[in-house]
Amino acid sequence: MGKKSVLELKINGDTYEIACTPNTTLLEALREKALLTGTKRGCDAGACGACTVIVDGEAVLACLTLAVEAEGCDIRTIEGLAGNGKLSPVQEAFVEQGAIQCGFCSPGFIMSATAMLAEHPNPDREEIQRHLAGNLCRCTGYAKIVAAVEDAAARIRGGAR
Amino acid sequence: MKVLNIVGRRFPVHDAAAKAMGQARYTDDLELPGMLHGRFVRSTIAHGRILRVDASRALALPGVKGVITGRDIPDRVYGIVPKGKDEHALARDKVRYIGDAVAAVAAVDVETAEAAVRLVRVEYEELPAVFDPLDAIKEGAPIVHDTVPNNTSASIRKEWGDVEMAFGQSDYVFEDSFYSQAVNHAPLEPHAALAQYDPQSGEMTIWSATQIPYFLKRNLATTLLMPENKIRVIKPKVGGGFGGKIDMFSKDFCACWFAKELLRPVKFLYEREEVFQNTRQRHPMYITVKTGVAKDGRILAQRIKAHADGGAYNSTAPLMITLSCFFIMIPYRIENLLYEGYHVYTNKPTGGAMRGHGIPQARFAIERQIDLIAGRIGIDAAQMRVRNAIQPGEPHPAGFIINTCGFADSVKEAAKAIGWAEKRGKLPFGRGVGLAGASFPSGVANMAHLASGAVVQLSREGRVNVLSGAADIGQGAETVICQIVAERLGVSMEDVRITAADTGTCPLDAGTFGSGVTVRAGNAALLAANDVRQQLFPFVAERLGANVEDLVAADRRIWVEGSPERGMSLSDALQAYQYADNPLPIVGRGAWIPPTEQPTSLLTKNGNFSPSYSFMTQAAEVEVDIETGKVKVLKMATAHDCGQPINPMLVEGQLEGSIVGGMGQALYEDSTCIDGQQYNPSFLDYGFPTVMEMPAIEAVHIETDDPLGPFGAKEAGEGTQLAPAPAIVNAIADAIGVEFHRLPVTPDMILEGLRKKQGVCV
Repeated sequence: MGKKSVLELKINGDTYEIACTPNTTLLEALREKALLTGTKRGCDAGACGACTVIVDGEAVLACLTLAVEAEGCDIRTIEGLAGNGKLSPVQEAFVEQGAIQCGFCSPGFIMSATAMLAEHPNPDREEIQRHLAGNLCRCTGYAKIVAAVEDAAARIRGGAR
Repeated sequence: MKVLNIVGRRFPVHDAAAKAMGQARYTDDLELPGMLHGRFVRSTIAHGRILRVDASRALALPGVKGVITGRDIPDRVYGIVPKGKDEHALARDKVRYIGDAVAAVAAVDVETAEAAVRLVRVEYEELPAVFDPLDAIKEGAPIVHDTVPNNTSASIRKEWGDVEMAFGQSDYVFEDSFYSQAVNHAPLEPHAALAQYDPQSGEMTIWSATQIPYFLKRNLATTLLMPENKIRVIKPKVGGGFGGKIDMFSKDFCACWFAKELLRPVKFLYEREEVFQNTRQRHPMYITVKTGVAKDGRILAQRIKAHADGGAYNSTAPLMITLSCFFIMIPYRIENLLYEGYHVYTNKPTGGAMRGHGIPQARFAIERQIDLIAGRIGIDAAQMRVRNAIQPGEPHPAGFIINTCGFADSVKEAAKAIGWAEKRGKLPFGRGVGLAGASFPSGVANMAHLASGAVVQLSREGRVNVLSGAADIGQGAETVICQIVAERLGVSMEDVRITAADTGTCPLDAGTFGSGVTVRAGNAALLAANDVRQQLFPFVAERLGANVEDLVAADRRIWVEGSPERGMSLSDALQAYQYADNPLPIVGRGAWIPPTEQPTSLLTKNGNFSPSYSFMTQAAEVEVDIETGKVKVLKMATAHDCGQPINPMLVEGQLEGSIVGGMGQALYEDSTCIDGQQYNPSFLDYGFPTVMEMPAIEAVHIETDDPLGPFGAKEAGEGTQLAPAPAIVNAIADAIGVEFHRLPVTPDMILEGLRKKQGVCV
């Protein structure tokens, strides 16, 4: 387990002081130390994408990232997307398109899509599929998730933030 | 045509925004002060007697608060079906599969609990094990449960008509054998439980990722030796179930046990590997089908023999094998039918209910054989299905009452949507189309504990509170119930708040299984809303000088039908009602149980099984890569008779999810177990469909208007997963001329099939 040290993690713009061992994952730091439980643990093995967060603009799997690696980085979680009284365009599209059933995979999908759309605001269907290939969903059959990402892209191109 | 405002409209699930923001709370998101964490010591052998468990080193580890074994807990078995109870939370004398829980540990954190698990020493006397149901029924096979000879823990033999005579009268008789594999539910949320005990009131509260809070409560009461009224089960958000969360598991019992012993909250969370190995899976099944047909394709007789691989415990065994039997009799008219089914123990992970529950395996066998027969006797496979389709109102050999049935239409519509006439047998080599039909109940009607209750309270401000026992596991049950209540009371969706699946505050419910929630809990909520109307509306009618039957309610107003000006707002009505010194709050109650003789059992007696039956046909177009053997599903067309949809968007979500799940069963998923050891208990190795494999999906709604369903609704949750697999395998046969009898159809099998076929051609 190793010796505990206190890390300063910048999460959604706020600084959290978190006692971690060298092998504490970012997922454990977020869920168990910062109590930001919106990031989900589906497999703890990098296979389902439910723990996807955005670190310095890039979508990463929190269960495969050590908390120490994220020190000094800009970490965004699902809790950091909505603000100013409204959902983010990706969140709004997921809600309205019926892309959310049980909702356990939704934070991961929404973070993956948010990171992708920041880089590629005009993706075609195949690009969307490729970018979301690491996120698993067992409820929806993916059709409405893809539709939601297309919808979100259109909203963002239309100026939604 | 009914004019409706809320029912029939597309609404996102009512907790979608909370889920999208990461604010929805699932069991593992809950944290209580002083909470301990639990882990299990699991068997490393497939079959053996437990000689000794030494926990002394684990108990000495700082931070460990308790270790228990099967010897420390009451000798009370549990199980989801009363007749099938055979499981202890921790194995007492024997372990029966690799992963059987032997001991449980509670510690201050997960790391300490895991370290303690590694310090527990278990000594076994290893016994011979058996891994295949066809071996397990043989004379002299190892016995998994000492009291169950031949390892056959449930069986059913039912005959209708005279099968042998009908075979004699058939123009052709064919016999074919099939095998369906083990499929894991693989919900994204792993199973979890958190328990807390109050020594003052003696009440246990457990938050559990469960589909059936009330059955869990009953099983906890009998195994913990506590009265039922001291156990409160609360279902937080559940991240998918698909049948895999109907059972009680070791985590539920052990969380409660430790909570009571240690007087601290205790949480158990299963690792993904445990979800694969220690929860449930769709039963692997061997099925032989013998069918007699007339020249024109009419099915005259069918004889089916099925052996289900039950694994180490029963779970739903008697019900599963009964369903598998009875649902062969729809969607086709089969007057002479003999079904023999056996649920057989093996030293493997346990089978249980999974979306379709015993029926997908049977449908795979039957729908594959219909295509084989159609090919052999030279008739069209779609026409053969239409020719044998059961019709609404037709007398049914087992006494099912089919009020509405759109099956024949569903075959025609699915065929049209996939381009059957232009494509079947006419596409270039490597491309093909196929279809398959199915039927499913809207909930079970003839066992005990099947009533749903609802309470609807109308506040003085016009807010509506609904209490329901229904368990929303992501399918949108709470949303559908809110729509039904909002429609009936003429309020908007935002006015309705629902509290559900908390056994401490909500009325009794049967839970989420058998695709029955919309009809059962929906009808209960509708009756409760009617009760509210009966309290308020006579008062309003008097004020308006109208007959109460002429009042309509919508958009938060009540008025006389045809005269919108003769009305008042709901809030004015409530204020007037209150100032006239009528009692507030207005509380409506409703309860619903399917109309049937009950309790009966189909094991011994025929009878109607469900208030209504849905019918559907799946059609597939596939492309087979001849070089790699990979199959791409280009398109799935689904024609589904689910009555009148309460929420078309949620129905689509059910259909699309079911189809992609069925595609996984057809092509990818197989919980491989060799000599009792699972080989792929992870998402990466198991490989259910990702977004890359998503086919184009066209849904055709065959609308019927069911007399018993709330606003005419029938089931939409499970039925669609019955037939995608045979449809896809039928399409593969059309594409490359190779007939597969086993699931899943892997690239290796395709390449081998092509090689063999070439060999024959040369």
